[in-house]
Amino acid sequence: MIPNPNIPEVDIPAVIQNIPLQSYLILSTLLFVIGIIGVLTRRNAIIIFMSVELMLNAANLLLIAFSSYRSDPSGQVFVFFIMAVAAAEVAVGLAIIVMIYRNTRNTDVGFLNKLKW
Amino acid sequence: MSPSLLILIPLLPLAGFLINGLGFPNIPKGAVGVIGTLAVVASFALSLITFNAFVASGSEPVIVPLFDWITVGDLHIPFSFQVDQLSLLMLMIITGVGSLIHVYSIGYMHHDAGFGKFFAYLNLFLFFMLLLVLGSNYVIMFIGWEGVGLCSYLLIGFWNKNTNYNNAARKAFIMNRVGDLGFLLGIFMIIGTFGSVEYSEVFSKAGSFQVGDPLIVGITLLLFVGAMGKSAQIPLYTWLPDAMAGPTPVSALIHAATMVTAGIYMVIRSNILYSLAPETLEIVGIIGGATALFAASIGLLQNDIKKVLAYSTVSQLGYMFMGLGAMAYSASMFHVITHAFFKALLFLGAGSVIHAMSDEQDIRFMGGLRKKLPVTFITFFIGTWAIAGLPPFAGFFSKDEILAHVFEHNKILWVIGVAGSLMTSFYMFRLLFLTFFGTFRGTHEQEHHLHESPVSMTLPLVVLAILSAIGGFIGVPEALHGTHRLAEFMSPLYDGARQVNPAAFEATALSHSEEYLLMGISVAVALVAAVAAYVMYVSKSAVPAPDSAGKSGLQKLVYNKYYVDELYDTIFVKSIKSLSNILYSFGEFFVDLFVQMGVRLIQLLSGWLKKSQTGSTSDYVFAMVIGIVLILFWKLLL
Repeated sequence: MIPNPNIPEVDIPAVIQNIPLQSYLILSTLLFVIGIIGVLTRRNAIIIFMSVELMLNAANLLLIAFSSYRSDPSGQVFVFFIMAVAAAEVAVGLAIIVMIYRNTRNTDVGFLNKLKW
Repeated sequence: MSPSLLILIPLLPLAGFLINGLGFPNIPKGAVGVIGTLAVVASFALSLITFNAFVASGSEPVIVPLFDWITVGDLHIPFSFQVDQLSLLMLMIITGVGSLIHVYSIGYMHHDAGFGKFFAYLNLFLFFMLLLVLGSNYVIMFIGWEGVGLCSYLLIGFWNKNTNYNNAARKAFIMNRVGDLGFLLGIFMIIGTFGSVEYSEVFSKAGSFQVGDPLIVGITLLLFVGAMGKSAQIPLYTWLPDAMAGPTPVSALIHAATMVTAGIYMVIRSNILYSLAPETLEIVGIIGGATALFAASIGLLQNDIKKVLAYSTVSQLGYMFMGLGAMAYSASMFHVITHAFFKALLFLGAGSVIHAMSDEQDIRFMGGLRKKLPVTFITFFIGTWAIAGLPPFAGFFSKDEILAHVFEHNKILWVIGVAGSLMTSFYMFRLLFLTFFGTFRGTHEQEHHLHESPVSMTLPLVVLAILSAIGGFIGVPEALHGTHRLAEFMSPLYDGARQVNPAAFEATALSHSEEYLLMGISVAVALVAAVAAYVMYVSKSAVPAPDSAGKSGLQKLVYNKYYVDELYDTIFVKSIKSLSNILYSFGEFFVDLFVQMGVRLIQLLSGWLKKSQTGSTSDYVFAMVIGIVLILFWKLLL
């Protein structure tokens, strides 16, 4: 763990101390990279969408972890916000994907290149 | 005299212009002629009323302020009119002769498709001319000055489907611009010297200058350059003969009553300044004399009926400037008035001939018209008699007065004047004899078609003929036991000049017997020339050779107008053309080079950039990820 002099000395519950913060960091990095790879390599819009969710959750995990380790609840508040925004985004995004599918019988993002010059 | 009446004098023609100009071609022809003519006739009536009021109130100059126009720093230029002897005389000539020309135009232009347009332009022309003479300062004079230039352009190029006519119009416009530059610089110098352009202020301040002050000489020279352009003096005269391209009533209007007299008007108006600059007056006199002789000699061999008259106008204007050069301001004004009568008469008469001859203008194909066109013939004869300077018609009195003053001033100029008078008489009678005497030389169709013009055309001819015959009696010299009413009337105009340069206004030193002798010489000369013309063209019935026939050297030189046009063409037109071509290619090359370089560069860059726009979502996401990684690296590691 990288010592940081700016972090105030706070009490961390024992249950949480059993697992070091580094493990959370590694897990969330892994999840995030998997998400990026998914977004970059897959062509199915729904899978890309799922990968984006994965990346969001990786970020959420980090926020929760830091929040717990520093006994600062504001991180958890942020997580709620992100969840709410993600839910809204999913509602809109899925609706768009459904419409695209209805019109083209296809959810391949490579097929939809109308935003070209 | 109420100011509102005075304002109406220029406003009525302007209203006529607006009605006919905006209404063209929706207003019926009958109404167009009536509106256009009534506007001018009403102006004439108002001018008469103003004149009577002016005389009744004791001939005191009146300034009628209309509104404050330009105020810059210490310079105030009000928009106001000045009524005095000079502007009243000009008003009456312009509106009087202008009315007759309008009446004439109703008949002359009747078959023209642009009838309404024509009347609109004529009215606009008169509006600007009236502004020119009514204004109480040099700037308003300049508006009118430019305005008549514009209208002359519009009217000379009236038949704008003919390229030659358009070129003539352009020539008139551009030559006048050259003169106008001088006039404008003169006005700026006046502002710089006197701090005002109002006549009254300028002239009262001029009184404190010495005779021959270089500043005043400079101002008057620059003003005279303007007069050279407008009044067609050497070297800026070549536009005027070309101005014959316009319809004949236009020639009459431009030549007789309005535009070309503007230069004379301006010099008489600025008489104090000119009296202070004897050097300038010498130049004015010399240029006037040279023009009078030069143009008259060209007139000797011209075969186009209107061109002969055009050169005679240039020549007569030369006489007026000769008179001005000898400080005979009243005599020059007298000649402006009589010239307005007989030159308008001659032009309208020529128009009547051209009308009868189905647009034939070459006098070699006319002849014997006096029986077919009796009214035109008699009036034209009176006009010729008057312009030749034979008594007792108008031209005799005014021209002799100028020549007498010139004789006193400079004997050489007088000889030139008499020589010019000889030529004038010869070419005018040559024109008369070739046109109206002998046998008809045109085609059968033309002969069959010959007819006297309608009343609307002959009536102005008759009126002008009467004026040409008796117009001279407003200025009978003392030697002939008359009173010079015009000179007496105009005398207050020179009060200022008389104070600053009293020597110039002394009573004439010529004895009566000397004056009789001078008159006798010029009348004899004119008579001899007329008889010579009679012998040549009536007794021997000689007809000028066709263009194809060979000519001797001198004849060829004169017939081709001394090749002045060609000379100007080589010196000015060609050199300016080649210079502008060089500048044009320079602009084409460099400007386009830079602009094109910019265009190419942006095309190239955008060509590269547009390739990044694939439209494929995964590419965009990839670019985004790369971007995030780069930002992270930059923020965290660097």
